[in-house]
Amino acid sequence: MGIQRVLSRGLLPLVAAFGLVAVSGPAAAWEPTKSVEFIIPAGTGGGADQMARLVQGIVAKHNLMKQALIPVNKSGGAGAEGFLEVKAAKGDPHKIIITLSNLFTTPMATGVPFNWKDLTPVAMLSLDNFVLWVNSEDPYKTPKEYLDAVKKAGPNAFKMGGTGSKQEDQIITVAIEKAAGVKFTYIPFKGGGAVATQLVGKHINSSVNNPIEAVAQWRAGSLRALCVFDDQRMPYKDKVTTTQSWNDIPTCKEAGIPMEYVMLRGIFMPAGVSPDVVAFYIDLFNKVRATPEWKKFMEDGAFNQTFMTGKGYADWVAKAESLHRDLMKEAGFLAKP
Amino acid sequence: MEDKQVSGEVVPSGISVRAAEIAVAIFLLTLGGLVMYDSVRLGFRWVGDGPQAGYFPFYIALFICVSSLGVLGQVFFGKGRGEHKVFVEWAQLKLVLSVLIPATVYVFGIQMIGIYVASVAYIAFFMVWLGKYPWFKSVLLGIAVSIATFMMFEIWFKVPLFKGAFNPLSFIGY
Amino acid sequence: MEEINALFHGFSVALTPFNLMLMVIGIVLGVLIGVLPGLGGANGIAILLPLTFTMPPTSAVIMLSCIYWGALFGGAITSILFNIPGEPWSVATTFDGYPMAQQGKAGEALTTAFTSSFIGAFFAVVMITFLAPLVAKFALQFGPPEFFSVFFLTFCSFIGMGKEPPFKIVAAMMLGFALAAVGIDTVTGQLRLIFGWHELMRGFDFLIAVIGLFGIGEILLSMEEGLSFQGRTAKINMRIVIETWKKLPKFWLTSLRSCIIGCWMGITPGGATPASFMSYGVAKRMSPDGTKFGTGMPEGIVAPETAAHAAGTAALLPMLSLGIPGSPTAAVLLGGLLIWGLQPGPLLFVEQKDFVWGLIASMYLGNIVGLIIVLTCVPLFAAILRIPFSIVAPVIIVICAIGAFTVNNAMLDIWFMLLFGVMGYAFKKLSYPLAPLVLALVLGDQAEDAFRQSMLISQGDVRVFFSNGLVGSIMALGLLMLFWPLIGKLKAALRNSGA
Repeated sequence: MGIQRVLSRGLLPLVAAFGLVAVSGPAAAWEPTKSVEFIIPAGTGGGADQMARLVQGIVAKHNLMKQALIPVNKSGGAGAEGFLEVKAAKGDPHKIIITLSNLFTTPMATGVPFNWKDLTPVAMLSLDNFVLWVNSEDPYKTPKEYLDAVKKAGPNAFKMGGTGSKQEDQIITVAIEKAAGVKFTYIPFKGGGAVATQLVGKHINSSVNNPIEAVAQWRAGSLRALCVFDDQRMPYKDKVTTTQSWNDIPTCKEAGIPMEYVMLRGIFMPAGVSPDVVAFYIDLFNKVRATPEWKKFMEDGAFNQTFMTGKGYADWVAKAESLHRDLMKEAGFLAKP
Repeated sequence: MEDKQVSGEVVPSGISVRAAEIAVAIFLLTLGGLVMYDSVRLGFRWVGDGPQAGYFPFYIALFICVSSLGVLGQVFFGKGRGEHKVFVEWAQLKLVLSVLIPATVYVFGIQMIGIYVASVAYIAFFMVWLGKYPWFKSVLLGIAVSIATFMMFEIWFKVPLFKGAFNPLSFIGY
Repeated sequence: MEEINALFHGFSVALTPFNLMLMVIGIVLGVLIGVLPGLGGANGIAILLPLTFTMPPTSAVIMLSCIYWGALFGGAITSILFNIPGEPWSVATTFDGYPMAQQGKAGEALTTAFTSSFIGAFFAVVMITFLAPLVAKFALQFGPPEFFSVFFLTFCSFIGMGKEPPFKIVAAMMLGFALAAVGIDTVTGQLRLIFGWHELMRGFDFLIAVIGLFGIGEILLSMEEGLSFQGRTAKINMRIVIETWKKLPKFWLTSLRSCIIGCWMGITPGGATPASFMSYGVAKRMSPDGTKFGTGMPEGIVAPETAAHAAGTAALLPMLSLGIPGSPTAAVLLGGLLIWGLQPGPLLFVEQKDFVWGLIASMYLGNIVGLIIVLTCVPLFAAILRIPFSIVAPVIIVICAIGAFTVNNAMLDIWFMLLFGVMGYAFKKLSYPLAPLVLALVLGDQAEDAFRQSMLISQGDVRVFFSNGLVGSIMALGLLMLFWPLIGKLKAALRNSGA
C-alpha cells in the first residue's frame, strides 16, 4: 500500500515522483520488499481459494520467495470487491489476484466498472474443466440420452444446479439449452460442493461441476460423468473410479453437443507495474508449477494445464472476454445500462 | 440502564424519551423508504417461478415503515404521551460523548495514519484524559498493545491490517 | 464392536508426544483466535493451513481441528465478559452470560459455558464414532425446501418470546433482514440495496453489526453509569469451578435436548448458529425458569453452548463422509484434505482408516485437553474484569476496530461498526430488542436463498414446503413453536373458565 496508494489517488505529486523511482527501481531482477497480498475474489473453500492457498503453501514450503505470500479473500459482489481493489492499487507491485470467470461475468452482469484491461495479465496457471454430471441412479448413460429425456419432459421440468447466478455454470447451462433445444430450470447455489451434494440427494437432476468439486462423489459411485466441455478429452489416464479415468469421459462435442467452455485460473496484477515485476512473478509461478505438490493438485482436479504468459495470455483473455460477452448477450444476462 | 421513572418533583433536564423515540422512528422510516425504493427498481412481484429479487426487501421495508409509524403513533397518541421521561441526562450525555467523540476521531485517525499508530494515541489519550493516569504509563501501555497486535496479526497470523493513507510505518517494510 | 477397535487404533495413532504437543498448541491458538473478534475459526485455520503442509496429514488435521475446538471455546469468553460475541454462535451465549458476569458471577458463567461446550462436543463425537455411516445419509435428504424449513423453525422457536413492544420487535427484526439483503442476490445475481455505492457490495457482515451493537453499544452504556464495568467482585479462584459443577447436573434435560438439536443442525448442515439460537429458544420455552431467561440464568448458557459445540463437531461428519462442509471452518478443512492428497467423501472411511480414526480419536483427546486448559484459565479470564475501565475500554475499542477491519479487510467497516455502536446504545435504551435483529442478519439471506431456490424447483408453488414427510414435519414443528405462547394462554384461559 503506502506510496502506491497515494500515487493512485493522485494526492501528492511530489510523492508520486518519488514513488515512480521506487517502482521502476534498478533494471536488474526485481524482488518484493514486503509481503505480497494474494487476493482471492471468491469465498473460502471454493476452487480459486483452494488453488491460492496451495500456491501459498508451496511458496512457503519450497522457500520460493523471500517475503511471505498472504491470501486475502475479497468475495463481495461476486468478486467485484477484489477486482476493484486491484484496479485501485495502480502501480502496486506487492499485490496479485487469482481470477476465475467472474473476471468477465461480474462486470457484465452487474455493471460494476472494471475490466481485465484495468489489470496487468501475469500468467495463466491452468484452465478448469466442466463436466456434465447426473445422479448414477438415473438411467442416462450418455449426454444424448439425458438431453432426449429433458426434451421429452418439456421445458423447466429438469433442474440444473450451479454455482451463483449469471456466472459460468449458468452460462454453460444456457449454451447447452441452445445447442440441444431444451430448457432447464436453473437453480443457483452458493458453492460447488453444495451443488454436488444436492445432485447426490436428487434435489436437482444434473450439474456442471468442476472435476474437483464432484470427484469424491464420482469415486463413491453416486454420480455419473456424461461429458466434458473442453475441445479435447482430459489427459489423465489413471483410473479414478473402479472403471473409469478422467480420460474415459467423452467430450461433449463428440457426444453431439456442439459447445466447449473452460474457465481461466490465471494471475493478474495492478496496472502500471514495470516489466521486471511481471517477470519476477512469471518466474515464481514457473517454479510453483515445477513442484510435485502442484502436479498432484492438477491431476486430482483434472485441470487443463495450459500455461501462458505475455502477449499470448493477453490475446487469450481478450478472446475469452468477447466469447463471454456473446454468450451473456444471447442469454440476456448483460446488466441494463 | 432502564429509563428512570421520574416522580414529578425534580425533572432532570436532558433529551426526552419522546424526542429519542421520534428520532429513531424517523430514522427507521427513512431506511424503510430507501429499501422500498430500491426493491421497486429490482422488481418486487411474485412471478411464475417465485419471487423477484426485490420481493422480500419490499415487504421487509413495508414492515419497517408500518412498525415505525406504529411507534410514532404510540408516542403521539399512546397512553404515556403526557409523561416526561428523560432518555439521557445532559451530564450522562457528556460522559457518553467523551467516549464517542474520541472514538470517532480514532477511526478517522485509522483512516489517515493506520491502526497501529492511531491505537497508541487513542489508548494513551483515553487513559490520561478519562483515567487520569500519568502520561508515560499511558503511552507505554498504548505502545505495548500496538506492538502486541502487530506481532500477532502482521507477523504471526500474516493478516495485514490497515496502515492508513499516509502509512507512517512504511519505513519498517510493512 | 468394530468401531471400538478402530477407535483404539485411532488413539494409538493420535497419542504420540508430537501429536499431543500439537493438540495443546492448537487449543491455545484456537482460544486466541476465538477471543479476537474478526479472526474466526475458519479464518484462523485458513491462515495456518499452509504451515501444516510439512507435517503428516494426520498430525496436521489434529492440530487444525484443535484450533477449531479452541476457537469454539474462546468465542464464549468475550461474549460473557464484554458482551462481544466473537462468532455468530456465541450471540445467544451473551443473553445470560453477560448479565451473570455483571452480577459478579463471571467465573461461574465461564465454567458453565466451557463445561457445556465440552458435553456438547463429546456427545457429538460419540455419535460420529458409532453412527457415522447411518447419520451421514440423513444429510442428503436436505434440499432447499428442507433448508428453508430449518431456518423457519429457528425463527419460530426464537421469536414471540420478547417482552419488548411488538412494534419494536418487528422493526428490529425487519431491519436485520434488510441489512442481510444488502449486496449481491444469489438467485438473480443482481446488486441489491447498494444505491450505486460499490463499497456496499460486500453487504453487512454479522460481525461488524454485532461488534458495534453489543460491544461499542455496551461501552457507551457503561460510560453513562460512570466509569465502570460491573462485576469487579468476580471470584477468581479455582474453587469456583467445583462449585459450579455441583450445580450443573440439574440441567441435564436442557443439556440433552441441546445436544440433540446441535447434532441434528450440524449434520443437516444448518450449522452451529441456528443450533444455538434454536436451543436457547426451546430451553426458554420448556424450562420452568423460562421467564427468568436473559437475567443471568446458567441454564441460558448451557443451552446455546452445548448446542453450538455439538453442531460444530457434528458438522465435521458430513465433511468427512460426504465431502459437504457443514460450516465455513469445515469448508477450509476440506480444502486442506484435498491439498494433503486425501479425498473426503464416502471412500475416506474405507481408504484412509488411520487418518479418519486418528482424527476421531483426536476429537476426544482434543476436547479433554481443551477443557482442562480453558478451565485452568477461568480465574485469569475473570480477573480481566478487575482491570480499571479507563484502561480496558480503549483496548476493547481498539480490538473491536481491528476485528471489524479483519472481517473484510475494509476500512469502511470500522465506520459502520461505530455507527452500529450508536445504534446499539439508542436501541437498547428505547427497548428495541437486538437479538431478533442479529438473528435476522445472520440467517436472513440464507433463509431467503433457500426459499427462492425452493420456489424455482417447484415453479412458484408454496406447497413444496409440505411436499414430503421431512419438510412437512419440520414446518409443522415451526408453526407449533410459533403459536406455543398462544397455546399456553389458551390453556390458561380454559382452565380459568373451567374453574
